[in-house]
Amino acid sequence: MNNFRKWWRRGSGLIWLSGATLALSLLMIFGLVGYIAVKGLGFFWPAPLVQAMTPEGPILGMITGQEHAQGEDSAKVQFRVGNRDLFGQDFRWIPKADLREPATPADAVLVERREYGAFIGRVKSLEQDGKPLAEGPAALVALGSMLPASLALQKRIHEIDREEVGGLNSEIEAAGREQRAAAAKGAVPEPLARRVQQLQERYAAAEARLNGMRTQAAAVTVTLAAVDGQTKSLPLGAIVRVVPANALGLFGKAKVYAARLWEFLWDDPRESNTEGGIFPAIFGTVMMVLLMSVLVVPLGVMASLFMREYATQGWLLRVLRVAVNNLAGVPSIVFGVFGLGFFVYGVGGSIDHLLFADRLPSPTFGTGGILWASLTLALLTVPVVIVATEEALAAVPRAQREASLALGATKWQTIRNVVLPGAAPGILTGLILAMARGAGEVAPLMLTGVVKLAPSMPLDGSFPYLHLDRKFMHLGFHIYDVGFQSPNSEAAKPMVFMTALLLLLVVVILNLFALRLRSRLRARTGGGSF
Amino acid sequence: MAPGVSMTELDSVPTVPEPAGIPGPAREAPLSAPPALPPRQLDIPLTEPSVLSAEPILHVEGVNLWYGEKQALFDINLEVAKHTVMALIGPSGCGKSTLLRCINRMNDLIGSVRIEGKIKVGDEDIFAPGVDVIELRKRMGMVFQKSNPFPKSIYENVAYGLRIQGIRERAVLDEAVERSLIASGLWEEVKDRLNESGLGLSGGQQQRLCIARALAIKPEVLLMDEPCSALDPLATSRIEELIFELKREFTIVIVTHNMQQAARVSDFTAFFWMGKLIEVGLTEKLFTNPRVRMTEDYISGRFG
Repeated sequence: MNNFRKWWRRGSGLIWLSGATLALSLLMIFGLVGYIAVKGLGFFWPAPLVQAMTPEGPILGMITGQEHAQGEDSAKVQFRVGNRDLFGQDFRWIPKADLREPATPADAVLVERREYGAFIGRVKSLEQDGKPLAEGPAALVALGSMLPASLALQKRIHEIDREEVGGLNSEIEAAGREQRAAAAKGAVPEPLARRVQQLQERYAAAEARLNGMRTQAAAVTVTLAAVDGQTKSLPLGAIVRVVPANALGLFGKAKVYAARLWEFLWDDPRESNTEGGIFPAIFGTVMMVLLMSVLVVPLGVMASLFMREYATQGWLLRVLRVAVNNLAGVPSIVFGVFGLGFFVYGVGGSIDHLLFADRLPSPTFGTGGILWASLTLALLTVPVVIVATEEALAAVPRAQREASLALGATKWQTIRNVVLPGAAPGILTGLILAMARGAGEVAPLMLTGVVKLAPSMPLDGSFPYLHLDRKFMHLGFHIYDVGFQSPNSEAAKPMVFMTALLLLLVVVILNLFALRLRSRLRARTGGGSF
Repeated sequence: MAPGVSMTELDSVPTVPEPAGIPGPAREAPLSAPPALPPRQLDIPLTEPSVLSAEPILHVEGVNLWYGEKQALFDINLEVAKHTVMALIGPSGCGKSTLLRCINRMNDLIGSVRIEGKIKVGDEDIFAPGVDVIELRKRMGMVFQKSNPFPKSIYENVAYGLRIQGIRERAVLDEAVERSLIASGLWEEVKDRLNESGLGLSGGQQQRLCIARALAIKPEVLLMDEPCSALDPLATSRIEELIFELKREFTIVIVTHNMQQAARVSDFTAFFWMGKLIEVGLTEKLFTNPRVRMTEDYISGRFG
């Protein structure tokens, strides 16, 4: 008893308790991240294709889940059988007892297609313009050798479609507006009419070139056979990747894994976001967070400068501080509604009437866009920056302010040369917190500019390069969309994990940049407790 | 500022010393022929009328100061002669630092302070309405108790006062930095690492850096608020030697707790107790033959 009392008086109990709490928090965080990582990263590894006999016929696919026997229900195995266009469903549950003669045939392949998800079966033959090129195993080999050229062609088509045709499209649109405006005033001037015609000719030429390439891409067709004997003919251009999962060695599998990961990081999404990559969402997220940071720092720093350095400390200011702190507790969807009402319809609508009246009724800034989303998030995160900045300003030693004032500096000079540099690390701490909060928000974005699939990025090669009015994609919204709004959410589940992991990674990387900047500032200003 | 006296006129008042780059011979303030004394209401008369020397630069006339309701200074009358060192001594809380901070109006930063009386630099009353505090502080350099270099490079620390005046010419800044660092005795130690952080220096070096920073803007008076209280004896003796050098060019008012230091570095000493100026006079006389019993008790260590 006495010993226990001594132990308690030394504070050992509390030390153990705080240590255990920390350990628990870490366990939960690492558990969550680890779970997401395992679920997500495992998705790209080529799983073996298992063929087995069932009473309803043969089945071929990847085993994606198992259910143990529960009461009357016997144990079941979940197969991903693919071939949504033939079978109608991607997944099938088969009672374990019904499975006979399981095997992993070497000629089974998983074909990733641009439409209808994966095809699981065998390559039957390869034809060019209706004439057979190769059959059976030889067809698989030939397909492997022809695929890179086909993919390059597809990429080229995509580029022309997006950049050349897209650019021409917007030029024609602009010229059309001019033409209409001129027509409303009277006659259309000759050069304008000629320009419109030229543009339309160029557009037609580009379209013709594209069509030629598309025909070329469709020249070679692949005939695939499903395990139940149904066949499917596909143009070569519709195939993204052929994975003979059972025939691959470790190195081959690693190559497929790397290629899939690369595609995931750098490509556009396919099949209503459930396949392909999520690059636009990564880009949109990073850009939105950066834009938000650029907006929130001046806003927060100036507000707290006034509150801490200039305003008379009194009850009004105390009320203001409470209000600012409570602002952080307002549900983010409320900020979204405010952003929609004030920024999008109010400010954006006015901008449209003043500057883009010729495009009305189709809105330019009067609809959701990356600028409004960033501004809304800046508003949402500004309390964090204000609180951190106020703390940092208060922590700048009085001695340094006095030194500056004693040298004949004005208050503003002191703030600019001594106080703000001294507070910069603390301000960055606020920014780090704000970025983490802002990057994870989804609800306000849904109202102010995020879309499921953005046709173009907010930053691209066409003038004026930075398109603040454009809608964008976002990793957080992508998770919601793919996980809960897609028609085939079971197949997209790993994508959800992967996207969540990537969102975490983006936040970590952005924060690392800010941390680096902070430690540099700290080294320059020689320490400080923030 | 007195009516009809503009800043430019004040700048040309002959009593304002031009801190020359070349140190002249040490000048002792003439101690004879005091001008008429202002009327005094102190219980204990001051001992040394010679404090009111022929060439006074700072006149403290009847200063009363309150922090809120509490009075911290009672009718202080004091004059500081040009190119001399005036030490302010007394127990903690006796108002010596408060008086020092009145001279460059640093007390303005505290909201609840109320001051009566006059402090004149030359002929100009620094509390007169319309006085440019910024200009005043440029003329009253200050060194603080705890060294407080900016978290900037050594060079930028010294150049700070000039930069905020809008001076950008590299040559002017270079010259001022070198001159000030030489004057503060730091040049030889730091000339090869001017771009390193001022916070990387030792405590004594940091304090000399702060002195250099104050010297760079060529003040008329240097106010030192216990500049050695946080330093070891070696660094202290370096600063004391420095003070001896600096009085050739500047007038120095130094607050110190260290009796020996006051005796060593100052020409005049003023003893404060409970916000009142008890005795002021030639250091030599004050320490060897004080007029007031309380002074004697204090300097001999019987109280305080």
